[in-house]
Amino acid sequence: MSYGIRVHSLCATALLSLLWGLSIPASARETVQIVGSSTVYPFATVVAERFGRYSKYAAPIVESTGSGGGLKLFCSGLGATTPDIVNSSRRIKLSEYQHCHKNGVGDIIEVKIGYDGIVIGSGQKGPVPSFSLTELYLALARQVPAPDGSHKLVDNPYHRWKQLNPWFPDNPIRVFGPPPTSGTRDALVELGLQEGCNSFAWILELKKSDPKRYRSSCHTVREDGSYIEAGENDNLILQKVIADPRVLGIFGFNFLQENRGRVRRVSHVQGVKDSVYPLLRGAEINGAIPTIESISDGTYPLTRPLYFYVKKAHLGIVPGLDHFVREFTSKRASGAHGYLLKRGLIPLNGAELVAVQKERRGRVKDWRALRL
Amino acid sequence: MTDPRHLARRYRRARLLRWCCLAAVVFALSCVMLLLFDITRKGIGGFSVQRLSLSVRFDPELLGLEGLEPRPEDLQFADFPALLSASLAALIPGAGGDGSQWTALLDDNADFLLYERLLADPRLLGTEVGFELPLSGWAERYLDEAGSKQYATLVEAELLSTLDWLVEQGLVHLRFNDTFFSAGDSRSPSSAGIHSALLGSLYTLLVCFLLSFPVGVATAIYFEEFAPSNRWITLLEININNLAAVPSIIFGLLGLAVVINFFGLPRSVPLVGGIVLALMTLPTIIIASRSAIRAVPPSVREAALALGASRMEVIGHHVVPLALPGMLTGAIIGMAQALGETAPLLLIGMVAFVVSPPTGLMDPAAVLPVQIFLWADSPERGFIELTSAAIMVLLAFLGVMNIGAVLLRRRFERRW
Repeated sequence: MSYGIRVHSLCATALLSLLWGLSIPASARETVQIVGSSTVYPFATVVAERFGRYSKYAAPIVESTGSGGGLKLFCSGLGATTPDIVNSSRRIKLSEYQHCHKNGVGDIIEVKIGYDGIVIGSGQKGPVPSFSLTELYLALARQVPAPDGSHKLVDNPYHRWKQLNPWFPDNPIRVFGPPPTSGTRDALVELGLQEGCNSFAWILELKKSDPKRYRSSCHTVREDGSYIEAGENDNLILQKVIADPRVLGIFGFNFLQENRGRVRRVSHVQGVKDSVYPLLRGAEINGAIPTIESISDGTYPLTRPLYFYVKKAHLGIVPGLDHFVREFTSKRASGAHGYLLKRGLIPLNGAELVAVQKERRGRVKDWRALRL
Repeated sequence: MTDPRHLARRYRRARLLRWCCLAAVVFALSCVMLLLFDITRKGIGGFSVQRLSLSVRFDPELLGLEGLEPRPEDLQFADFPALLSASLAALIPGAGGDGSQWTALLDDNADFLLYERLLADPRLLGTEVGFELPLSGWAERYLDEAGSKQYATLVEAELLSTLDWLVEQGLVHLRFNDTFFSAGDSRSPSSAGIHSALLGSLYTLLVCFLLSFPVGVATAIYFEEFAPSNRWITLLEININNLAAVPSIIFGLLGLAVVINFFGLPRSVPLVGGIVLALMTLPTIIIASRSAIRAVPPSVREAALALGASRMEVIGHHVVPLALPGMLTGAIIGMAQALGETAPLLLIGMVAFVVSPPTGLMDPAAVLPVQIFLWADSPERGFIELTSAAIMVLLAFLGVMNIGAVLLRRRFERRW
């Protein structure tokens, strides 16, 4: 009989657990929920952790879903099952805002938190690569202007760097970068390819006359093996770039900050000598190497602003939400010497930060205020 | 057939086959060994940590506190980083300035440890307390790899000399990394741990087991003992076998659409994760339970029926108890599969940065494989160690579960 009893008690526990599971009401949330861009994720998590430790509120939950995916979740409605904040590495699009509005999420606050840069990284050997945006475009786009100078778009004929510029080394063009789902890829297309593309006046004219052809030339990365999609894992790309000095990789700026170099320390009789060996170096674009200064003053071209959006309807309802927003935009976090600087966020300049703080306090940005 | 050459050739072929099979085994084993070796080599460092002994006087003036009885809300805004800088400056001779340049030696969250201590015991204000604070990521790597090549992010030579001096003074100790087991996720490798993820995995598996086991067993009993044999039942059987091969991400989509969007349960909670994983494990349990029931000889059923037992009694007293070891083995294998799953959890929001450990089924949580995934993707290089260390913990967890399955089988299995 002991077997029988065991079976009965097992069934009973299972039933009880089922009932228990069903009886829990979909109650209000105690923690702030954040979704969105994988570029903002490293910054949002740092703020979330510090906020959770130093305040009486629990640390917000941060998910890295990509800007587009995050905005979709964010805009799916109001209430405990939807996120309170979405991080975005670009501004919200008109279509996304309309989707939001349709689901009752009309009142959203836009907060700009700083800048991010993407870098074309190379390993430690040889001189630092240096190219213009036009050369970057010619190296990576699927369709480029014909090399003979005629106003015609052809499939990218460049397979070696030397073909682009006689000063470049005679290496095959091989660039490891993120897949289309990544925010870094968006930035590469919008800040790199498109700008390089626009340097051809006749292509810029296409934008009006033939937008479809313009997009296929300026927004499409080549797929013939010269640009290699390496997944979202930056560490993987780093390994490729270090292993082969002829290969370039595309990274977010904070990844460069973390992997700039290794220090070799040699003890001599006289004392200790240190030398720094670079691990990853950022290529010079249009004559500017990526540093915090060159990004915040705008001389380095591959940069973009980062944002997050907050549901106004959730402020004051989800505990700690307004305090979290205040922490994120505080001087100690996002200021010129804030702790996010160490993580690679390029801060807003002082006046911009003050403006952001003011806006957050007072006026809510509604659709009309969102300048697009 | 009796031709000796012919025979020799056949033996040769048999030997060749044997060698081929052995080579396959050796290849597979060496792959596993290589993986284990690599993970252990990288991850072993994650279990130890370098800590700096530092004596801190909780100076109310430096903290910006008035009076000796601070309230918790005052402490939130007290200047612990300044206190840390001052304590370091007092320790390191010849330091100019306020000592803030030395805080780069310590983990980003070191000041929080001071805060936590004072919060726990406000009477310590004004007294001197000894701490062991974790070193920062680069300092740790610098000490770990004290050989020909040393990794560190760009740091000033002055900091390195100071670090050397601290080591010479015997102030830096190698300690067991208890933080790794007691802390939740963190953006700083020295204060990150798997506590939240372990608890999350435990809760999720609990829900998964409690849902999938009874349902799976009941389904199996129906199919084996009650179901008539007709076209519909065959169709159902085929569907269940198909479900076992459905990519797990589909179950995640289902969870998102039904459990979260329709039933309105919150995102990122173990309850939802458990439900989704239960759907995924259900086919495995059903198939294993069915074969376990089928393995019970019909003579047992017939004997019971002949002695006047009812259908219910035959199943409850004989078939299920005899099949239980097989069912539990199937369940444990299914659970082990569920333990390692990340894809369906991505969609229901469990792939998330979670600091505080969950206290129940409705608290946001991550699970172990998710924690590994998140750390593997983090730019800070200290996380490489932690990733491998967490993999070791996950493998140990899996090993325990599989050994449990073997023991259960050994203990209860009956051979006929």
